[in-house]
This record gives sequence, C-alpha cells and structure tokens, in this order.
Amino acid sequence: MTDLTLDQAGKTKSALVSTSTLQKGVAFVVLIALLVFFSVFTENFAAWNNVVNIMQATAVNGVLGVAVTFVIISGGIDLAVGTMMTLTAVMAGIILTNLGMPLPLGILGAMASGAVMGAISGTAVAKLKIPPFIATLGMMQIARGLALVFSGTRPIYFNDTPNYGLISPESSLALLIPGLEIPNGVMIMFIVAIIASIILNRTLFGRYIFALGSNEEAARLSGVNVDFWKILTYALSGLICGIAGLIISSRLNSAQPALGLGYELDAIAAVVIGGTSLSGGRGTILGTIIGAFIMSVLTNGLRIMGVQEEWKIVVTGVIIIVAVFVDIMLRRRA
Amino acid sequence: MHNTSDTVPLISVEAIHKSFPGVKALVNARFDLRPGEVHALMGENGAGKSTLMKIMTGIYQPDAGEIHVGGQKVSLSDPRTAQALGISIIHQELFLMNHLTAAQNIYIGREPRKGFGMFVDEARMRADTAALFARMKVDLDPDVEVGTLTVARQQLVEIAKALSFNSRILIMDEPTSAINDKEVEHLFAIINDLKAHGVGIIYITHKMDEVKRIADRVTVMRDGQYIDTLPAVTTDMSKIISLMVGRELADATRATGQGGDVVLDVKNLNSGRAIRDVSFSLRKGEILGFAGLMGAGRTEVARAIFGADPIDSGEISIHGVTQAIRSPQDAVRLGLAYLSEDRKHYGLVTSMTVGDNVTMASWPRFTRSRFFMNDARMREAANDYVQKLRIKTPSVDQETRLLSGGNQQKIVISKWLLRDCDILIFDEPTRGIDIGAKAEIYKLLQSLADQGKAIIVISSELPEVLRLSHRILVMCEGRITGELMGRDATQESIMILATQR
Ligand SMILES: Nc1ncnc2c1ncn2[C@@H]1O[C@H](COP(=O)(O)OP(=O)(O)OP(=O)(O)O)[C@@H](O)[C@H]1O
Ligand SMILES: [Mg+2]
Repeated sequence: MTDLTLDQAGKTKSALVSTSTLQKGVAFVVLIALLVFFSVFTENFAAWNNVVNIMQATAVNGVLGVAVTFVIISGGIDLAVGTMMTLTAVMAGIILTNLGMPLPLGILGAMASGAVMGAISGTAVAKLKIPPFIATLGMMQIARGLALVFSGTRPIYFNDTPNYGLISPESSLALLIPGLEIPNGVMIMFIVAIIASIILNRTLFGRYIFALGSNEEAARLSGVNVDFWKILTYALSGLICGIAGLIISSRLNSAQPALGLGYELDAIAAVVIGGTSLSGGRGTILGTIIGAFIMSVLTNGLRIMGVQEEWKIVVTGVIIIVAVFVDIMLRRRA
Repeated sequence: MHNTSDTVPLISVEAIHKSFPGVKALVNARFDLRPGEVHALMGENGAGKSTLMKIMTGIYQPDAGEIHVGGQKVSLSDPRTAQALGISIIHQELFLMNHLTAAQNIYIGREPRKGFGMFVDEARMRADTAALFARMKVDLDPDVEVGTLTVARQQLVEIAKALSFNSRILIMDEPTSAINDKEVEHLFAIINDLKAHGVGIIYITHKMDEVKRIADRVTVMRDGQYIDTLPAVTTDMSKIISLMVGRELADATRATGQGGDVVLDVKNLNSGRAIRDVSFSLRKGEILGFAGLMGAGRTEVARAIFGADPIDSGEISIHGVTQAIRSPQDAVRLGLAYLSEDRKHYGLVTSMTVGDNVTMASWPRFTRSRFFMNDARMREAANDYVQKLRIKTPSVDQETRLLSGGNQQKIVISKWLLRDCDILIFDEPTRGIDIGAKAEIYKLLQSLADQGKAIIVISSELPEVLRLSHRILVMCEGRITGELMGRDATQESIMILATQR
C-alpha cells in the first residue's frame, strides 16, 4: 500500500501548485493582453511617461491590496484600509509639518499609528468576537472621522519637509541607472510585496494566517494562540496602510483628510482579481499585485482611448466578476 | 433465498479506472448488486471504496469502465442522473447544511410545494420528516437546526435523507461510525425491511461483526483493485481480513500495565448538565478508558479539561500542581493533547498539506529563530509519521482533504504524537480506521504508555475499551457511574454501569 507514495510525489506536487499558479497565470495573461491591446490601438499608451503614470497609479492600490490580502487569507476582511491610509498620512503631516519633527519620525509615526488602528480592529474581532465586516466598517468611520478632526478638515502640506517627495514621486533608481525613472513609490510597493510574500509563505506567522483562514477551530484546538495571531494580522495590515499613506501623501505633497473612502473597495477588487479567496485560506501576494496592475492599466488605457470616465467604472466591475468566474471554473476542473 | 444470481443485477460496474493527481484510486474495480441483498464492501483505508461509490452516484466520472443499471448501460454524468435512476447514498463525510433544519436538509432541492408551486409546503415537509424519524425510531425534531446536533444525530439525519428518496439502490458509506448501539439496531431493522421490499444495499464498514450480521455477500478491495467476492455468513472473518490487508496482523492481546505517579487529577468538575461532579486521576504509563453511551458526557469532560469549553467549577492538577486551564493553548503548554472525535471540524485544516497538519501543533519547533519556517525539516518529520502509521498519501505535500477518511484520522494522531505531550486524550481514535491500522494504533498506544505517557481513551466500541484500557471509567448522563480494572471488565459489566442512572 505504500508503493504509490514515492514515484508520483513530484507529479502530485506540481499538479497541486498549478491550481494557484494557474489563476495567477490567468491574471498575468489578462494583464499582458491588456498591455498589448492598448499598445496597438492607442498611440500614447506605451510611452514611457504613461508607463510611469500607470506605475504611480498602481503603487497605492497595490500596497493597500497587500495589506488586505493578509486579512482576507486569515478569514477576515478589512474595510478600513482606505481611511486608515488617510489617517496615517494626516499623522505624518501633524508630526512633520505641525510639530516640525524630522522625517524618520514622521515615517515611523505613520506606520505605528496604522499598526495601532489595525490592532484595535483585530482586538475587536478576536476578543470581542465582532464580525470582521462590522468591526472594520466601524474602524473605517472612526479613522475617517479622526483624520478630519486631527487635520481640522484641511489638507496638511509638506512644504517644510523638502525630502518628503523622496518617498514617492522621485526616483532614486534613476540616479543609479540613468533613464530608468521608476518612482520610489513603485519601488516601495515592490519591496513591500516581496517582504509580504516572504512573511506569508516562509514564516510561522504566515503559516498561522493560512491555518486561521482555513479552519480556525482546528488551529485553536492545536494549541495555537488564535487571538494573538489574528490581532497581529490586522496590525500588520494597518502598518502597511501606513506605508500607503506615506506614498499617497508624498505624491500629493499633502495629507488630504477627505480622501480615502472607496480605496478599500479597489484594494479588495485587486485581491480578488488576483485569485485570493474571499472565504479565506487561499491566496497570493503576487496575484494581488497583478490584480492592482490590471485595474490601473485598464483605467489608464480606457482614458487614453477616450472612453467616458463612467464607463471605466463599469468595465472594472465586469473584470472583477469575470476574474472570479474564471477562478471558479479553473478550480472546478482541477 | 440468496439464489438470485440469475436475476439482473440492480447495478453493476466493470473495469472501472479512476486516477487523481498522483493517485491511482481505482484500477480495474468491479462490483454488482442484486435486488434484495446487502452487499458489503470492505478494504483498508484508501482502498478506493468511497471513490467507487462516488462513481456509482455520479459525483465522479470514471476514467474508463462501464456502468449498467438494471441491465442498461448508462452514463452517470451527475448526482441528479443517479438519483433519477434510483440510486442514493449516505455519505461517509456528512454533507449537511448547518443552518438549515433537519427537515429542510432532508428535502433540499425537492421541497414539497403549495399555492401553484410558489410556496414551500412546510407543514408537509415537517410531517414527512417526522414520519421518516418515526420509521427509524429516532427521537428527533424535524425543526431542529442541524448545526446544533452532535455528530451522531447528524448522521441520523443523513440516513433519513437517503431513505427519503425511496431508492432501489441504497449506498451506505460507514453509516454507523458515529451512532450508538441502539441506533444501529434500528438501522439494521430498517435495512431488513428494505431488503424484503427488493431494495439492494451496498454497505461499507470496517466493523466485521456488522458484516456478519446483515450482509449477504462481501466484496473485498485492496489498493483500488477488486480482490474477491465471498458469501458473508460462511466465510471466515480471518479470511476476509487477510484478503483486505494482504499481510498478517499482530495478535490481539489485552493491555497490561500499572501506573506510576498521578499526572492528572480532576476533582469535582462541573459544567451545566453535561458534566456533573466528575473526579478521577490518571497515572503515568496508564491507559484509562472512558466507556459509556453516546452523549454520556465523555467528550465534554475531555474538552473541559483541555480548556476548549468553559467549566462551572472544579479543580484540575497536573503533576500535582493545580492549574487554571483557560484555553487549549494553556493545555498544550502543560503537555496535554486532545484528539477530537470530529476530525473534519476540529482536527484538521483540510485545505493545508499533510505535512502542515502533522506538524501544526508543533510549528514553532520547525522554525529558524522562531520566525522562518523550516519546511525541509517539517517534511522530514511528517514523512517519518507517514511511514510509521502507514498513511496512504502520494506525498506529504498532498492536500489533506484529498485523503481517505481513515488516513485523515491517522494524520490527527500523528499531530499529537509529534507534539510529544505527556498526557494524551484520544476521543474515538479509531473511528473510520481499518482493521490493520487499528491494530497498529493499539500497538502504538500501548508502547506510548510503556514509554511513560498517560493516556485517556474515549471509545464507544466496547471491545476497543476492553482491549486497550488498564482501568476503565464508565459514565452515564454526565456522571461517573463506576470504575473497573481492565483485567476484570467485561462488556456486560460496562453496559450495566453505562445505563445506570
Ligand atoms: N479527489 C481526490 N483527489 C486526490 N486523491 C483522492 C481523491 N479522492 C480520493 N483520493 C485518493 O484515492 C484513494 C482512495 O480513496 P477512498 O476515499 O476511495 O478510500 P476508502 O476506501 O473510502 O478509504 P476509508 O476507509 O479510509 O474511507 C486514497 O488514496 C485517496 O487519498
Ligand atoms: Mg471512505
């Protein structure tokens, strides 16, 4: 009865891996197809300028997508990522502009405030047993309100922090390799994605996130400190929102307190297009990043083609449904 | 009366092949069922029994092979087609919707209608369900939410559902794995009644005595292959076992041993109506059996000790020190392990790999600097247990949900063995496990006790309790009603205590 164990082991593994890679593959193929389509049918799409635009537009949604990917794989949802991003930007503004402290403190403040907000959502979910949808819906409003209160409802500009632009629009890479002007914000997105991917796939924490999302009760009965890891997951999500807050405020050279609502839905859309299961236990960071790119390429391409703004929203909706449908079909066949 | 070989079989399958990625589940399998017979299907965990049944009910499509129903060649492309041809199944794993009532579960997709088909006729659905339950002689409310029922009662709902189709071909995949002896008797009465009406029943089980009692023929499978079909009554049990296992089994000897120091001491444990004033102690190197009927409160005691459920009052000491165990995490830290009776919900993360599950309770041990997972070492450790317990899987990277029921159970056991706890609570450790593996698990438990581990075994199978336990506690309605020494205990003496109020 053990004779079938060894010889086919390799084959099985590749077959298993293929379900998730396939989905990423589909998203990737869609992305390439969109790129080719827009390059052929529009004149300016492939221009370097525009490529930089697309990357810029992806950075914030991509980073928020990574934040929410963790929570979704753990079996929860985080609706507060958009407004937490705003709140962290406001925090950076207060620290740098209002209090005139040095840049590193501003960066730290933004990330720490995000982590704290996330930990509060996480505690509400883990300890108070409030459903994640409700807990983070509450947090979404709390963060939105606080951002407005703390800023006095007015944008905070970073004019006194000349290096603030280093975070996003400027390109340090261009200094090393002239011509390759990839904005720092985009580089930060890639670095966040790589670290997130390592955390998710290579660390104890990541393994617990998958276990929580797949069968929380079994994990609990295995002696896992479920509450702790859950809170940590939301805190990590919040911390990454802080990074998104820095990127967006750097690009706008200001913390805009009224911004943020709606970003959570775009982030969740990127996650879903990237093949992460909304019911938890399954998903990848790479998929989310590809998902975020698909959304910004689409928006950008359609704009260049002169499609009416409102139609772009319709197309994004269609893409979400199609992506999930393809995912379901692939999983049924496998 | 078994002289029915000249009649057309109700269903017959031939030369069935079915492969999954990395697994040849069925190789040239065959099976046939005659009207009015009970045909048992036996084989080790992973032999392909459930897979063959899923092919006969349209859930899986065979890679090759032929299916005849009533002499007619058919293709069962989906479960609906199979149902229309009069085939229904009681699944090994329960497929019930927890938030629906028993009646809603039973009639899902074919609810009786009223008002020009616009409304569900709830009253009739309820009445029909009540009639089914009455026929099975079970005391269940058609309106009860299924999720609130114990596994045993859920299994009864599943059986009722299969009966409600009034099929000519009824497949039962380990229908008695969770229900108690009285309920088994009622089920057997129903089976006999169905037989008399010409219904054919395919009966999958790991329990030899059941086969002897109700089956007419037995077909044995091994490694996805058809081995032989024999008359059930006249064939020796040992013959069937050797065909199933394909090797000799270790002898069944009763466990012996006496404990050392007390490692676990429970005093006056109370929790609602489920646990009433339970006190006992467990010694190093001892196997303590917990016997009793389904619902006697044994699982509740185990869960309470393990910190999975809150207690009202009581004192638990471990190694002589009183401890407040508030969560499973506390319990595991103190060296306690609990192997749940419901593996799918509480024992396994079925979407993760075999390796992940075997090591789950010990993950922090398989890390570099408590941060990065060391997958290579994890795989190695998991592989070790796959071999030790003969878990049938193409590799430790296989998703757990793709393994057969019995092999999943072995993974849960591995998880706790690897965790190296010194107080192990096994709740129905051999449910759904085949004879060969059972013998191995018994041997394993005995050797763990010999190594100085303290073990509690909760089991509803009396022979198992008798075989394993050094000492036996019997529970009834939340109380401990008696204590027996393993040597002196008999099935009768246990049953008397188990029904004492
Ligand atoms: N969907 C699937 N994908 C991959 N492998 C599968 C799948 N279903 C079953 N298998 C494999 O096919 C083999 C036969 O499984 P099956 O469930 O039919 O066994 P069984 O005889 O019912 O065992 P048990 O007594 O443990 O229930 C096992 O090795 C199992 O791991
Ligand atoms: Mg089976």
